[in-house]
Amino acid sequence: MSGPAVGGAARYAGTRVHRVEDTRLLTGTGTFADDVTRAGLLHAFFVRSPHARAAILSVDATEALALPGVIAVFTAADLNGDIREQWYTIDGPDIPDTPRPPLADGMVRYVGDPVALVVAEDRYIAEDAAELVMVDYDPLDPVVDYATARESEVLVHDAYPGNVAGEIPGAPFETLDEVCDGAAHVLTETIREQGQAAVPMEGRGLTAEWSGGELTLWSASQAPHEVRLFASRLLGVPEHKVRTITRDVGGGFGQKVVPQREEMCVLLAVRKVPGPLKWTEDRQENLLSAGQARHEHGDVRMAFADDGTMLATSIDHTDDVGSYPTPWPVGPGIAVGMMFPGPYRVAAGTFKHTSMFSNTVGRTAYRGPWAFETLARELCLDIAARRMGIDPAELRRRNILRRDEMPYSNPVGMPYDHMSPNETFEQALSILGYEEFRKEQAAARAEGRYLGVGISTYVEPTASAMPYYGSEGATIRVEPSGKINVYMAGGSTGNSLETTAVMLTADALGARIEDVSTIQGDTAVTPFGPGTGGSRSGPMIAGAVGETASILRERLLAIAAGKLEADVADVELSESSASVKGDPDASVTFAEIANLAYFQPAALPPGVPAGLEASARYAAQAMMLWANATHVCTCEVDTVTGAVKLLRYIVSEDCGPMINPNLVEGQIAGGVVQGIGGALMEHLAYDEDGNPVSTTFMDYMLPTSTEVPVIEYGHVETPGPNPGGYKGVGEGGAIGAPAAVANAVADALSPFGVTVTQLPLTPDAIVGLISSAGGAS
Amino acid sequence: MSDDIADVKVTVTVNGRPRRAAVPPRLTLADFLRERCQLTGTHLGCEHGVCGACSVLLDGEAVCACLMFAVQADGAEVTTVEGLSPGDGELSPVQAAFRDHHGLQCGFCTPGFVVSVTAFLRDNPDPSDDQIREALSGNLCRCTGYQGIFKAVRAAAESSSASATPSETR
Repeated sequence: MSGPAVGGAARYAGTRVHRVEDTRLLTGTGTFADDVTRAGLLHAFFVRSPHARAAILSVDATEALALPGVIAVFTAADLNGDIREQWYTIDGPDIPDTPRPPLADGMVRYVGDPVALVVAEDRYIAEDAAELVMVDYDPLDPVVDYATARESEVLVHDAYPGNVAGEIPGAPFETLDEVCDGAAHVLTETIREQGQAAVPMEGRGLTAEWSGGELTLWSASQAPHEVRLFASRLLGVPEHKVRTITRDVGGGFGQKVVPQREEMCVLLAVRKVPGPLKWTEDRQENLLSAGQARHEHGDVRMAFADDGTMLATSIDHTDDVGSYPTPWPVGPGIAVGMMFPGPYRVAAGTFKHTSMFSNTVGRTAYRGPWAFETLARELCLDIAARRMGIDPAELRRRNILRRDEMPYSNPVGMPYDHMSPNETFEQALSILGYEEFRKEQAAARAEGRYLGVGISTYVEPTASAMPYYGSEGATIRVEPSGKINVYMAGGSTGNSLETTAVMLTADALGARIEDVSTIQGDTAVTPFGPGTGGSRSGPMIAGAVGETASILRERLLAIAAGKLEADVADVELSESSASVKGDPDASVTFAEIANLAYFQPAALPPGVPAGLEASARYAAQAMMLWANATHVCTCEVDTVTGAVKLLRYIVSEDCGPMINPNLVEGQIAGGVVQGIGGALMEHLAYDEDGNPVSTTFMDYMLPTSTEVPVIEYGHVETPGPNPGGYKGVGEGGAIGAPAAVANAVADALSPFGVTVTQLPLTPDAIVGLISSAGGAS
Repeated sequence: MSDDIADVKVTVTVNGRPRRAAVPPRLTLADFLRERCQLTGTHLGCEHGVCGACSVLLDGEAVCACLMFAVQADGAEVTTVEGLSPGDGELSPVQAAFRDHHGLQCGFCTPGFVVSVTAFLRDNPDPSDDQIREALSGNLCRCTGYQGIFKAVRAAAESSSASATPSETR
């Protein structure tokens, strides 16, 4: 069954088309960042700080430079002064951005802070030389714990008193006092989430080539055009003299939305070395230096009427932005407070957000950067339900918003629309068989086995119309042979943007899918686009393809009508041909139309230009497209070992019509498993001296195939107010999963009187919870 | 330092083609394949033997190419992901199953999975679900949540055992 299309009839949209990316990736012939090689290529490797905080007294590169094959060793004095402008397009130049020097200048502020850049003929030599760079440090006391950093006498950055990177308050918390004082139940809890990392399987990487005033970049990036713009400003090289090429990228999940400090160093260094320069991040560097996420806590207050009606919600939210967050972390932090009321009918609410510096790795985006709102809210709802003696599903049922209540403004002003929270909620419970599970759970408990069910439900703003993300372009060429290429900015990092563009273009032009190809990721030939981020790509590709294809449809139809001597209104496009409706013999192929358009322009109908190429740009109309979902998870907890076995995992979502259900389910599954990792095992941890203790995959535990249950999907379809009605689906899985898993564990352990307020729920943590609660009641 | 130790001559048969090279003793097999043989399908995801992205077949056994030196492969036969497909854009049964069941997204871990699964199904053509999950646990994927990968292996096992029924299996 196919779904809607953006112009033309839907033949492919809504179907499980095989991906066009797969053949090259399956046969090992993709091109990832480290696969790029150039004549005379040089290799970069960073000397990094072993201290969380220290003064740099001196850097002596004499021995390193003496090593055969070493070309250069750069320090802050060599590179930092060359910066012309350093800001990200998503934020613009005028925000109060936090510091971000390419190389550490005078001070190191986290373990892993890049201090020097070694350039050598070979990666092995570069790493040897890095060990020979003698850095004299004066170690100083660090600020490791962001939660107490405000009281610390030590400052991460001297210009930021109290280590506060920024604060954004909503209405004062006192404005809720009256409601709370009159409420039957008021819950106050502090919810904490541990540090995590995005962990794309491919680390960051950049090859830069400087030639005759032109800069070419091969970048592992979610946003090739932003890499170009950023490099252009950083070096003062005009944008059109910079070309970024990104073919295959091994995952991003937010970590690759903008170039970071290491990429700045490569850009600044390449003009000073006698050849192209490649930096490939290894796994240790990735876990040390590519960025932290999720490390945050929230003081929550929720007020309920006697019957469980939610009266007010507030969250005082604080996150750890480390030493050099990228990009500016304070603005995005506000989203936690704005989304905290979630999919519920709540009359009153407020929030405050604070970003705190610490001597740890800088914060970067990670799939659903504001997802903490769902964790905090959904854990608190379960805690409140247990205290009020109401089943957690029933408490949600009494408060969850219905489609017929849309549009709805949440109490802090988010304008919900085109969503179906209660439908995904009921669908997910029905797929599980919630009541049956409760019986099974009771029977299991009678045998001394502890099963639990956890629910997590949320709404998610996707594909926003904010200036940087609010438009997308497409160029489509029907080539002289009649084959079609669609040129788009790209930024695909596994999220199948090539397949998406090909499917939508085939439908929009009435072409056979095998006649359509796509070129993405090369800024020399593709229209500007901000790349993958904010669950925007599906809806925005649909918009852009629709805009551009409509121009070409008109031309294809006009040329065909002229050739077939028919009225334009009687001609239709399908199967890469134009035919007269009801007369299949009166038909002309795209190849014949293209032949006319390119090689016989004089034969074209009056007013139809030669060639078959068009460019157009789609601008989002709605401020955001709202997706929603409910996750339901069941588990069994071994109360002796603390091991959690996930039994079933159900996601019912409403992302509007699906362009390709395989891709939708794939995005959900990947996000869910990242969330499962965050709930149970992943921890980007530091010791009390600020030493990272999880810089290998032996310490930073990722879920494997043995920990992951089969994920079951339910789909509810509320089209958005945009072409095709498609809504974003990239981040939701990761937003919903941590709370569903944690609530399932908490439910399993409810006979023990355990309250879960903190992740991760490692076996150790679970055994601790049980023993501190004093055993089963 | 590298210059103090002489290069060592090795001959490694890679995807059926003998490759002769003088290599530093510390050159990993993975870097030998990627840089000396220009076979960049073998990916490095951790370089400490956990993620499995660099899996290759060494005399038929799946190994992590990041944990071996090229000199240790002297005289051996190595099969990389590039050597598994029949060529000309065709896919092996395992590769086709990954495509058919959306068993890959970014594709970075994929060559390692394809190599590991190829060896696994050769040795265990009729695996149980738990055996499949266990076999996959030596490879990390961050995109798919293993859902499509599991389905792909299940399907590849079923199609290969079906096609293998009439004739003798190895």
